[in-house]
Amino acid sequence: MQTKVENNKAWFLVLPVFIIVAFSAIIPLMTVVNYSVQDIFDQNTSYFVGAEWFKQVMLDSRLHDALIRQFLFSLTILLIEIPLGIGVALMMPTKGKSASLCLILVAIPLLIPWNVVGTIWQIFGREDIGLFGAFMSTIGVDYNYASDPFDAWATVVLMDVWHWTPLVALLCYSGLRAIPEVYYQAARIDQASRWAVFRYIQLPKLTNVLIIGVLLRFMDSFMIYTEPFVLTGGGPGSSTTFLSQALVQQAIGQFDLGPAAAFSLVYFLIILLVCWVFYTTIMNMQKDK
Amino acid sequence: MAEITLNALAHSYSENPSKAEDYAIREMSHVWEQGGAFALLGPSGCGKSTLLNIISGLLEPSDGEVLFDGKRVNELKPEERNIAQVFQFPVVYDTMTVFDNLAFPLRNIGVPEHKVTSKVHEVAEILELSDQLKRKAKGLSADQKQKVSMGRGLVRDDVSAILFDEPLTVIDPQLKWKLRRKLKQIHEQFNITMVYVTHDQLEASTFADKIAVMYNGQIVQFGTPRELFENPAHTFVGYFIGSPGMNFFDAHLTPDSQGNPRLMFGDLQISIRDDVLLALKNMDAAKVTLGIRPEFVHVWDGKNDDAYQVEVDYVEDLGTYKILSFLFNGQMMKARLSEDQKVPSGQVFVSFPEQWTKVYVNEYLVDPNGPMSVTVDQEVEHAN
Repeated sequence: MQTKVENNKAWFLVLPVFIIVAFSAIIPLMTVVNYSVQDIFDQNTSYFVGAEWFKQVMLDSRLHDALIRQFLFSLTILLIEIPLGIGVALMMPTKGKSASLCLILVAIPLLIPWNVVGTIWQIFGREDIGLFGAFMSTIGVDYNYASDPFDAWATVVLMDVWHWTPLVALLCYSGLRAIPEVYYQAARIDQASRWAVFRYIQLPKLTNVLIIGVLLRFMDSFMIYTEPFVLTGGGPGSSTTFLSQALVQQAIGQFDLGPAAAFSLVYFLIILLVCWVFYTTIMNMQKDK
Repeated sequence: MAEITLNALAHSYSENPSKAEDYAIREMSHVWEQGGAFALLGPSGCGKSTLLNIISGLLEPSDGEVLFDGKRVNELKPEERNIAQVFQFPVVYDTMTVFDNLAFPLRNIGVPEHKVTSKVHEVAEILELSDQLKRKAKGLSADQKQKVSMGRGLVRDDVSAILFDEPLTVIDPQLKWKLRRKLKQIHEQFNITMVYVTHDQLEASTFADKIAVMYNGQIVQFGTPRELFENPAHTFVGYFIGSPGMNFFDAHLTPDSQGNPRLMFGDLQISIRDDVLLALKNMDAAKVTLGIRPEFVHVWDGKNDDAYQVEVDYVEDLGTYKILSFLFNGQMMKARLSEDQKVPSGQVFVSFPEQWTKVYVNEYLVDPNGPMSVTVDQEVEHAN
């Protein structure tokens, strides 16, 4: 039998990746884990408290409310953005100059930073100097995002839809372009209706990009912070205070590092769990029976 | 079920076609009779698929008319032509079961469900898909998917025609043969006009009663496999049909000392049928090409004064028969040797039976009796 020469030098090649991952993910995460089990008074004084902060976070009704709001918000924008994005993609021209022009126009909102989006809508929605606010008051709608919780909510949703529907539309557009022409030809020969073409050709072929779209939009919207912060600072009251903002208030506003760290971990696990459940469900649905 | 007529049809993909090369289909007229099994045979890029898409309505021709049973259908969309078409690559509706896939064309036209069920089972039976009916189409193998695609073309029994665009490309050779037999059976059973596009002559001749050979955007010959073999109307048909293809060599017409016409290849006289020679003499023949099939070249076992002495180049053994390559006056030619013939080497004697020596002027056959005689007459008039 031949003896195999062991050479462990190859491990050195993996080292750079390991270092990068350590600094980008493992060390920060472990710091948070470390905070979450201690009560910190100052730099030199801290006590180990075990799962105390986790219990506190789990029972905090303020956080419960923020969590419910958060789910409601993500669900709302997904229900609007996904169908709307598909609709926009279906209507976009496929060839010629108008196609490129349309792509650029649709992509513009994606290029605008979050806080700028917040500022734009904050001004846009004002009754005195904002076009949208002025328009609403002209047609007789009592619209005021600063005092009415429903208006504030509607504005945040509208803002997100305006900002991120283009992402879904572009994903779907690329998915639609990838469908070979022969599928449409076969459907015409089979005398399929427009709806049947969408239901049995376009939608199935879009499944993969839609999974990516839903996951991206879910994760992003679940972590929304800047826009409601710029618009109303989470108000009026706490009507647009979502999880991120609740977390920031706790960690920076009140400097409760321990509970905030525990909260962060729970937050992280919720996102992970939802994405996993979603992904597994979709993958199982796609399997051939 | 319909007779399909193409009337002065031409198609170009460019917007302002000016020269003949701009046309994918050059002006042609053609009739596919009701109930026939036809093949459209030609090399890649000759316009076969374009022609098929024009018939089905997926493409609108730039010029000319498409008629179904004498009625112009140019303006009708494929949905309105009631036609079936099977494409080169399988198209299945992934999320549907095999059953739903096959039922799709029927349900779209509102066939009652009990009829759908019986028809789908009938077609599934023919294509041997019965045990797959409950499966999702997505998980099928490529050839099963293609069977489903074909099945969708076969479920409607009132279609004007079924068009096949190289449907067996993705199928294993063994299954290919079987499916072709099935198509033939279906044709015999339902008597639907079928047009089968292929670039494989074997596939064409096993499927079709009549083959249209297409070359450079035109149908150059339409006939039975036997006609295409024995009497190619165009040099391309001679070259494309048969394995190996026809031997061709250029010849010229010169009068002998008595002033009678004779056909020369270099300094050798080639004898051809008198009527052909006469027709040829009356034509303003710029380019004369002679063609003879390797199967018809006579290879003599011994010395023969009536035959030409040629030099053997090599002999290929193809198992059941051998192909002899020889140099005839500097021109490479092939002859098929019969099974029990002795394998020649060095010098050998060959002759070209008059009956099988075909004469082509400007690539088209000179045939005083055949269907092409009209063309010849016209050209004769023109020459005079």
